[in-house]
Amino acid sequence: MEALGLLMHGFAVLLTWKTLALMMVGLVLGIFVGVLPGLGGPNGVAILLPLTFTMDPTSAIVMLSCIYWGALFGGAITSILFNIPGEAWSVATTFDGYPMAQQGRAAEALTAAFTSSFIGSLVAVLLITFLAPMISSFALKFGPPEFFAVYLLTFCSFVGLGREAKHKTVISMSLGLLLAGVGMDTVSGQLRMTFGSSELLRGINFLVAVIGLFGISEILLTMEERLALRGHAAGISLRVVLSVWKDLPKYWVTLLRSSFIGCWLGITPGGAIAASFMGYNLAKRFSKDPDSFGKGRIEGVFAPETAAHASGTSALLPMLALGIPGSGTAAILLGGLMVWGLNPGPLLFVEHKDFVWGLIASMYLGNVVGLVLVLTTVPIFASILRVPFAAVAPMIVVSCAIGAYAIQNAMFDIWLMLGFGVVGYVFKKIGIPLAPFTLALVLGNRAEDAFRLSMIGSGGDMKVFWSNGLVGSITTLAIVLLFWPIIDSVFGRAVRLVGSKNNSLSKT
Amino acid sequence: MSNTDIEIVVDDPTAPEADSPAVTSTRVVEIVVSLLLLALALTLGWDNWRTGAAWDSTGPQAGYFPFYLSVILGGASLYGLVTAFLSRSEATGTFVTQAQLRRVLAVFVPTLLFCLAMQFLGLYVASFLLIAAFMRMVGKIALWKSLLTAFVFTAVMFVTFDIAFDVIMPKGPLEAALGR
Repeated sequence: MEALGLLMHGFAVLLTWKTLALMMVGLVLGIFVGVLPGLGGPNGVAILLPLTFTMDPTSAIVMLSCIYWGALFGGAITSILFNIPGEAWSVATTFDGYPMAQQGRAAEALTAAFTSSFIGSLVAVLLITFLAPMISSFALKFGPPEFFAVYLLTFCSFVGLGREAKHKTVISMSLGLLLAGVGMDTVSGQLRMTFGSSELLRGINFLVAVIGLFGISEILLTMEERLALRGHAAGISLRVVLSVWKDLPKYWVTLLRSSFIGCWLGITPGGAIAASFMGYNLAKRFSKDPDSFGKGRIEGVFAPETAAHASGTSALLPMLALGIPGSGTAAILLGGLMVWGLNPGPLLFVEHKDFVWGLIASMYLGNVVGLVLVLTTVPIFASILRVPFAAVAPMIVVSCAIGAYAIQNAMFDIWLMLGFGVVGYVFKKIGIPLAPFTLALVLGNRAEDAFRLSMIGSGGDMKVFWSNGLVGSITTLAIVLLFWPIIDSVFGRAVRLVGSKNNSLSKT
Repeated sequence: MSNTDIEIVVDDPTAPEADSPAVTSTRVVEIVVSLLLLALALTLGWDNWRTGAAWDSTGPQAGYFPFYLSVILGGASLYGLVTAFLSRSEATGTFVTQAQLRRVLAVFVPTLLFCLAMQFLGLYVASFLLIAAFMRMVGKIALWKSLLTAFVFTAVMFVTFDIAFDVIMPKGPLEAALGR
């Protein structure tokens, strides 16, 4: 129960007026970002990151993670009231949420969404509280080969488990790793891929790339669509909230199942979006009355929202414990950690106890405060959508520019941001996923260092990645995951063959 | 199912028409992107080979890791190029229609001008111009509303970043005249 004591310490760090105020500001900004079309979790965090450069790391991460929770909550508002999913993981919420709003049960649907989000992230935070310290103390024994194996596992699972065409994931990932290597080589001090440019000497900043890829490109994409909206207004009364909460125990199986799915997929890199769909589909499959899904069933809101929040939150677990982000937003938070001079990874739990436990405590507190905040202020936030996009778009552009410039005070970064904006726009339209790129860009140097240190240690012998049980099994798992689609189809065919043989045998 | 309680309605008068002709197909863009990536992979691969992609006494040289990544990137783009060539154009759909492209350029061109103007006028003045002009010309919003919104937003940004958080942005003649 050492974790409990440390958590209490974390709360103590947190409970100052300044941090609480920052938390509220973060949540409001986050909901704002989640509701606005053309922005979302990763974009919001990336754009607002520069605001935190002058804060101390604990206040900064509290504010940023609250922006993230706020964005998660905000996504549900537009899905239910306007049938516009603010985020990819809110898509499943529209299936039953919007029909409920059409039937005049918008308040019920919103309450259900916020409550289940809260439950999902609570389960995930509990998991982080007890599992993260264990994993990180285990990972303290890791040497370079183990770390490289874990990085490899992360990259391979993106390729093997992702829904996009495999070669597109590989393109996105190798491009990210390559761009991470631009600039001065950390081991030998040699210049790489700079082509004589002094601007490229600094390397390509991760956050500049992210602001362009997510912020600017998202505005270009949003403009393409018809921006007319028709939505339901909603006010939530205490009576509705209590009546939904009274029915909660009836749905405990759904809530628990979705929480587990969410946590599992959140920790697995690249699984955050899949979680909400899987939660929804499983709830439908196990329901006694699957046909009523999609017509405004409250379980159809509970299931995906719980899973989405559980995965969004638990994606922070590998980031904290191993320094490997489980989602795009976690990757951006990781980029933030490095800006504040913290080295993400298992040592974080030893060297920066205040920071880690302050962050974990803020997850508890942020979700409670967030729940209350969204339940009481939904009508205000829903009316943000009345603001015309022609006013919002240039403001987002300006915020992106401020963000990109503030990182290194370089004009070159503004142009880089614009370039990445175009790249992100084109990539999204032809289906090259951006999450692997983000992950590769932030992990690239560390992965390379781990590889080279292992090679130096072993004298260039690749067998070092199978030198003991631990590193061997991680490396093998990585390779299995990389070829998972092939293994799955071959294995599936074999099982079907055997099955049909047995069938024909039993018939004769 | 009643739709009577719809209360929030936002219209989009300049929405792109649905029947606008296509500028190009996704297939063509995929081919172009694959070619560009292939060229990038070759350039970076060559540069890393020059840096040294072999082994020396201390382990892998600086170019080793990125060189093999360039090879992977090149291979994947080549694969993408071949699949894009083999796919039928009708199956992949439209990349962008003329009306959509017009709207995208309506954001992109002002953004580009904003970045240019920022170097001479400073960020805050450029922001004011961008927001006011964009709201007036693209959004067809009343002039006084556009000017007021632009001014308030720019002022809030200035107070937040320059005064409260000490994040210094590029500045131009106006800030110099005001002594900041």
